[in-house]
Amino acid sequence: MASKTVEFQVGQGSEMGVGGGGALSPLAPFDIDEPELGTEQMLINIGPQHPATHGVLRLVCELDGETVTSVTPHIGYLHSSFEKLGEYRTWNQIVPLTDRMDYLAPLIYNCAYVMSVEKLMGIDVTERCKVVRVILMELDRIFGHLLWLGTTAIDVGAFTPFLYSFQQREKIYSLHEALTGARITTSATRVGGMMADLPEGWLGQLGEFLDNFPKTLSEVHHLLTGNQIHIGRTQGIGAISADDAINFGFTGPNLRAAGVPYDVRKDRPYYDYETYDFEVPVGQHGDCYDRYLCRMEEMEQSVSLIRQAMSRLPGGPINVEDPGITLPSKTDAMSDMESMIHHFKLITDGIPAPAGDCYMPIEASKGELGMYVVAEEGDTKPVRWRVRPPSFVNLSVIPKLAEGHLVSDLIMINASLDIVLGEIDR
Amino acid sequence: MADQQKSDLDVVADGPLESVGEQALIETSSGDPSLHPSVESLLEKFPDEVQRYQIAAGDQWVVWVGPDRIHEILTWLKDDEAQAYDMMSDVTGVDYGGGRPVEVVYQMFSTIHGRALRIRCPIPLESMATDSVYDLWKSADWLEREVYDLFGITFNGHPDLRRILMPDDYAEGHPLRKDFPLRGRFSRAEQTRLALTQDVERFYSTEDLKAGEPQEVDTDELSAVPENASDDLSGSDLDDGEGL
Repeated sequence: MASKTVEFQVGQGSEMGVGGGGALSPLAPFDIDEPELGTEQMLINIGPQHPATHGVLRLVCELDGETVTSVTPHIGYLHSSFEKLGEYRTWNQIVPLTDRMDYLAPLIYNCAYVMSVEKLMGIDVTERCKVVRVILMELDRIFGHLLWLGTTAIDVGAFTPFLYSFQQREKIYSLHEALTGARITTSATRVGGMMADLPEGWLGQLGEFLDNFPKTLSEVHHLLTGNQIHIGRTQGIGAISADDAINFGFTGPNLRAAGVPYDVRKDRPYYDYETYDFEVPVGQHGDCYDRYLCRMEEMEQSVSLIRQAMSRLPGGPINVEDPGITLPSKTDAMSDMESMIHHFKLITDGIPAPAGDCYMPIEASKGELGMYVVAEEGDTKPVRWRVRPPSFVNLSVIPKLAEGHLVSDLIMINASLDIVLGEIDR
Repeated sequence: MADQQKSDLDVVADGPLESVGEQALIETSSGDPSLHPSVESLLEKFPDEVQRYQIAAGDQWVVWVGPDRIHEILTWLKDDEAQAYDMMSDVTGVDYGGGRPVEVVYQMFSTIHGRALRIRCPIPLESMATDSVYDLWKSADWLEREVYDLFGITFNGHPDLRRILMPDDYAEGHPLRKDFPLRGRFSRAEQTRLALTQDVERFYSTEDLKAGEPQEVDTDELSAVPENASDDLSGSDLDDGEGL
């Protein structure tokens, strides 16, 4: 399979001397007896309201001096019981719940949910719909990675990348708004298609973004990739081996940074991803710096994927032409008796599902996002709707990653995992 | 207040969901097991444990396995070289209600063979316990905690089994069970009372911050309502409906 090893050789050491060069040898040792120091462990509470936790996450750290000996994350502050709510809603009514989970890449969640329901019901969406969803999912991969880039850079003291990346995010917000009317809570998909087809001029706006975005990305590369401070703060920090990364449930860029070329788009392809030409960036050391490189490269791959999808975007309808699944147009519902009945039945009853269950994993910006739906024969509401949130499992590794590092490194490790608490707590 | 006209949402939200009956229990196997090497080997190696198998959603293989030897079977699925399911993507639960067993669902993937398999393990309502797979896949740590929290299934051998999404002292039960009403077991008034009378500082005391140790919660203390609390709320528009 096509995979690409990302590497950037700059001095490995984290020591830094005056002027950004390598550190000089340490000062001559001096012979003074070490004073008797207390060895008491200290408990430090970070969060739940703290900018460096990237959400309402609470970390209870046990410290030996400034070294972290153990971390206990406490989550659940944002718990909204979306999965329970879903059991009381029809299939299409659940879509608005999905974008409130990962509000940093809402379209990926919208698409993942309806893909799973469509698979359960055996609905084949149109070719145009598939390509449009690929465009939207790749766009939101960039969207999610950009937020990670900005906030992570701020955590190590670099303010400029934050401004650069948020400028670009604003452009994607505008694209969201033009497509769905909302900037964050997009709710763009429906079972069997989309809420609406792409509006006029949207592809032109997208093309404009794609033309300008790589320039910004290379500017950030210049600012961070060879930056001695950034390298000192990230290389060798929070490293994990490939076997451990799999066993601990890492997915997404975090797993690939450890050298495992597992990407759901390649290994369990959906929506013809096997016919697109793209590479999966793979790191070597599994540390924060490799995670950074993987995500940077992924954004470039996403740009190329969107361009490929735009060039193959077929015409035709975007929704399946089945009156039992897709709502009729407003004009039809108001003028044609049969359409009105379908409209009424779809709104009041919903779409009946066959008995069974379906687990649909897709590659979200943060890792493997699995939507698991269970239904009994003829159910218009799920018996169980389960979201396998990638950041939930990724965050559970933080006690292992942070052990033995400094408190300041814990902040960097937490940032490098790219978590979003909305989907962790659900 | 109870005999007032209720909106549609209240009707749905107050009571437990209707049970869906026992229709799925008599379902039989379907599909050709020789198409999936792991299902075929499972049938050969553990013929008594495999209850049934199915192809779901077109191409997803599901195997129902009894709870008695579930740990042994999962160990074999992970360690046997021909299976090598090294990635435990998800552990979750499914409750159908109506007295049917709660099922634990394992989503596994083998990065070596590129195969996926779903194991479903019905847990009888009398025991509500099964073996933890934390010793096999560390990713099961939080996933099992979540199933324990939301479904009330105990995982024997889990090193740190405590609530994860709900508060440690949550006394209303396990929310994703079908007999759990959408708005909780306690009345709104009692929920408000508990929220107003809880001591926030309690969660930050040094004893509670002992990292990694399960916290012991005195449920008697929580459900005891201060006498003056009801005075504060009397005359308010909170629905003091049926409690637990």
